[in-house]
Amino acid sequence: MPETMLENVKNEKIKKSSEFLRILKQLSYNKLAMFGLILFALELILCFSAPLIAPYHYNKLDVTAMNLAPNAQHWFGTDELGRDILSRILYGGRYSISMGVCAIAIAMMMGMLLGSVAGYFGGWVDNILMRFLDIVQSMPGMLLTIVISAVLGAGFVNTILALSVNAIPHQARMLRAQILKIRNSEYIEAAQSINCSRAEIIVSHLIPNAMSPMIVQATMGVANQILMASSLSFIGLGVQPPAPEWGAMLSGSRQYIRDYPYMVIFPGLAIAVTILALNLFGDGLRDALDPRLKR
Amino acid sequence: MAAPVIEVQSLKKYFTTPYGMLHAVDDVTLKIEKGKTLGVVGESGCGKSTLGRTIIHLLDRTDGKIFLHGEDISDIKGRELKKAREKMQIIFQDPYSSIDPRKTVEQTVREPLRVSGRYKKSEMEEVTSELMNLVGIDNRLRLSYPHELDGGRRQRVGIARALALNPDFVVCDEPVSALDVSIQAQVLNLLKRLQQQRGLAYMFVTHNLSVVRHISDDICVMYLGQVVELCPSKELFRNPLHPYTKALLSAIPSVDIHNPNVPEILEGELTSPVNPKPGCRFAARCKYATEACQQPQVQREITPGHFIRCCRVEELN
Amino acid sequence: MSETKNTPFLEVKDLRVEYFTKEQVVHAVNGVSFTLEKGTTLGLVGETGAGKTSICKSILRILPDVGARIPSGEIRLEGQDLLKISEKEMRAVRGQKIAMIFQDPMTALNPVQRVGDQIAEVVSLHMKGTKEDFKKRAEEMLEMVNIPKQRYVEYPHQFSGGMKQRVVIAIALACNPELLLADEPTTALDVTIQAQVLKLIGELRDRLGTSMILVTHDMGIVATYCDTVAVTYAGSIVEYGTKEQIFDHPTHPYTIGLFGAIPNMNVDEEWLHAIEGLPPDPSHLPTGCAFHPRCPYATEDCAKEGFVKPVTTPDGHTCVCCHIDEVLKGEK
Repeated sequence: MPETMLENVKNEKIKKSSEFLRILKQLSYNKLAMFGLILFALELILCFSAPLIAPYHYNKLDVTAMNLAPNAQHWFGTDELGRDILSRILYGGRYSISMGVCAIAIAMMMGMLLGSVAGYFGGWVDNILMRFLDIVQSMPGMLLTIVISAVLGAGFVNTILALSVNAIPHQARMLRAQILKIRNSEYIEAAQSINCSRAEIIVSHLIPNAMSPMIVQATMGVANQILMASSLSFIGLGVQPPAPEWGAMLSGSRQYIRDYPYMVIFPGLAIAVTILALNLFGDGLRDALDPRLKR
Repeated sequence: MAAPVIEVQSLKKYFTTPYGMLHAVDDVTLKIEKGKTLGVVGESGCGKSTLGRTIIHLLDRTDGKIFLHGEDISDIKGRELKKAREKMQIIFQDPYSSIDPRKTVEQTVREPLRVSGRYKKSEMEEVTSELMNLVGIDNRLRLSYPHELDGGRRQRVGIARALALNPDFVVCDEPVSALDVSIQAQVLNLLKRLQQQRGLAYMFVTHNLSVVRHISDDICVMYLGQVVELCPSKELFRNPLHPYTKALLSAIPSVDIHNPNVPEILEGELTSPVNPKPGCRFAARCKYATEACQQPQVQREITPGHFIRCCRVEELN
Repeated sequence: MSETKNTPFLEVKDLRVEYFTKEQVVHAVNGVSFTLEKGTTLGLVGETGAGKTSICKSILRILPDVGARIPSGEIRLEGQDLLKISEKEMRAVRGQKIAMIFQDPMTALNPVQRVGDQIAEVVSLHMKGTKEDFKKRAEEMLEMVNIPKQRYVEYPHQFSGGMKQRVVIAIALACNPELLLADEPTTALDVTIQAQVLKLIGELRDRLGTSMILVTHDMGIVATYCDTVAVTYAGSIVEYGTKEQIFDHPTHPYTIGLFGAIPNMNVDEEWLHAIEGLPPDPSHLPTGCAFHPRCPYATEDCAKEGFVKPVTTPDGHTCVCCHIDEVLKGEK
């Protein structure tokens, strides 16, 4: 049957690229998710092309234009040192967003490793890993981040590490709970009976089926991490001034909130929009990743 | 004569529970020849599924011996275990939970081929579509996800996956009990045809006696982890000897309205398989139970090929 | 059917049930009519999705408020149309006149309430009396289903599957209903326990004179416990008659197919006569006779809307098929 064979080959090619396309297509049905995605993408583009589009350098002081309200030259106004807020937000996004995303990415990878091993093997492996995570979680999250940050020292990479340690237990626990739920499914037994190795079972059956809540958690986690990063900046850890960072801008201008509210409003708005976009997108992504909800 | 495909001697599988040892499979001895079907019947909790899973090494046995083609595979590990597993496969009860919901039909059927590492990519393509043809899944469905298929088709996917590596022995764990009658017949016919084509040995685990009668050559009746009666299928339905078997057979509502079964109602329920007493497990519900039944029972061959675990069987029949 | 008693005990006429979502309408029940006389048992036979449970739920009016509707039909219990009365009146009917036994005893009981109290609660909703009366009645019911009344204070998890189902039966019968809807009451149980439970239901039915609709897919249960049989397919009754008529002279190709698909306990056969194809998707039913895509007798006419009508077979039961002459000759 050469004809059907040919058809098979053709179908195969379509399929290879289609896994990603399918998810995109699935996502495109969800208007809100698409809105979130586009919003976030727009934000990314704007922030990462900041050197090209920002009207001023983020650190350009202008003593003649201090504390200006939004106007034609300074769309978002200027701060107490006369720096253009719009430019600072654009530059700041590069730090804030990449810190949030990187911290969560690291936490997710570590969480996946710990959670899947603990969930799949169970017994004493599970016990040791979970008790360790208990210890980590028993410390207040903020305090832990501050301590790690203080030990590692300030700076972009160190802050990301400090942030991610705090998020690992959440991710690990969530994955473990999911895996415990599906570990006894017959399809896992079936995989065992056809000689799949443990690693294969974890990677190709358990994790894909356990991922959905993690992804949602992660997109919302990014938002959380951005806030956490800003708190670190506030107490002098994290990204060091004069580097602009949304959280730092927020806390820096806190004392002017009565007289010059826009100094707080715009960085706050930037954070809020990012969080909203990510949450909308995360919700839609979970649905799109689940073939059972395919229309 | 060639060695039987599967032979099991005094197989035991105990689970540790907070209340004591759960005797899921206790002292089971049986064998299955090439191309034959052994039906395993019993009520839920009698250890019939555990038995199948223990034989194919999905569970570790507690004691006893397992032979595959006359070779002792009780303690094999690593590469040898992988090789043996390719010869022993399983078809599951629930077509909804036995297939990964995130894999397409084709991915599921192809997985064993890929894992075995014996096939080139182009060959896998071919073998996969052959397998799907074999079990009667339309080629158009190869990119479908399980939730888009009905129970019967899903079960066919499960069968294709089990047959991918050309096994000699397949444990069918209630493969049709989740399916509707009309679909059930389709799947039973398919299983029978595959057996004839490939000389498969089946261990057919079920609680449905009319199905087991239809498909089995031999039947083994289990009660609380033990085989109470084991004999050729026809013999069992014509001449059941063990009191439990008799009660079980009479309990099936007959389709013949003109001479209905009079069910022999068994009082009480299954007793607990945790730390069972040494005597006959069925004694608590058996109306013929005597003092002698409190002693441990052994499996005896009453007539050639008819095994039974009951000390009073001669007096009663 | 042909009996012309003035008012049958229960009469269902042209009942339709639809479930709808944003995208589609699922036609679960499509014009079902049957009658049930006092003290008799009707067997509703059919496969998953044939609408058996929907029929029961609409008689008890417990279809979900959102997403389900009954576009047409009458359900007359002793002449009173249950679809027309108010929810308040219906509440009096439920439990007192009609009760239902569900398929899964594991989920039908409240896991954190004592079983005795669960029975007493139902009694208190429908009968007048003091707490002690209710408790006494609950104890009686437990004894009636062969559970010692000392177990009144235990919780469902302390009971086995068969005992839980007996508690469910006790709850259903606590207020002496006149009509019992048993939806696959033994499907979740083992054979020997099934025998116990069915025997119990049968005895209680005979003693209390209850009418019953027994939903099942097991022909053996129908043969043993029912008086009349309705074979359902895709939300319609395709064949309807007394047990003897249906089992001795099955006429609809689907009924014949069902019998052929069950492994026979008395005859050895190499192959089962499977019905080819799949049950139809209830959101996209075939036109005309819903069975025609799988039917060996089907002709083009069968796909026409309104062509296939109920006919009376030579032995006097009803069969919805236009090829019964050929079927009766046994041509295929």
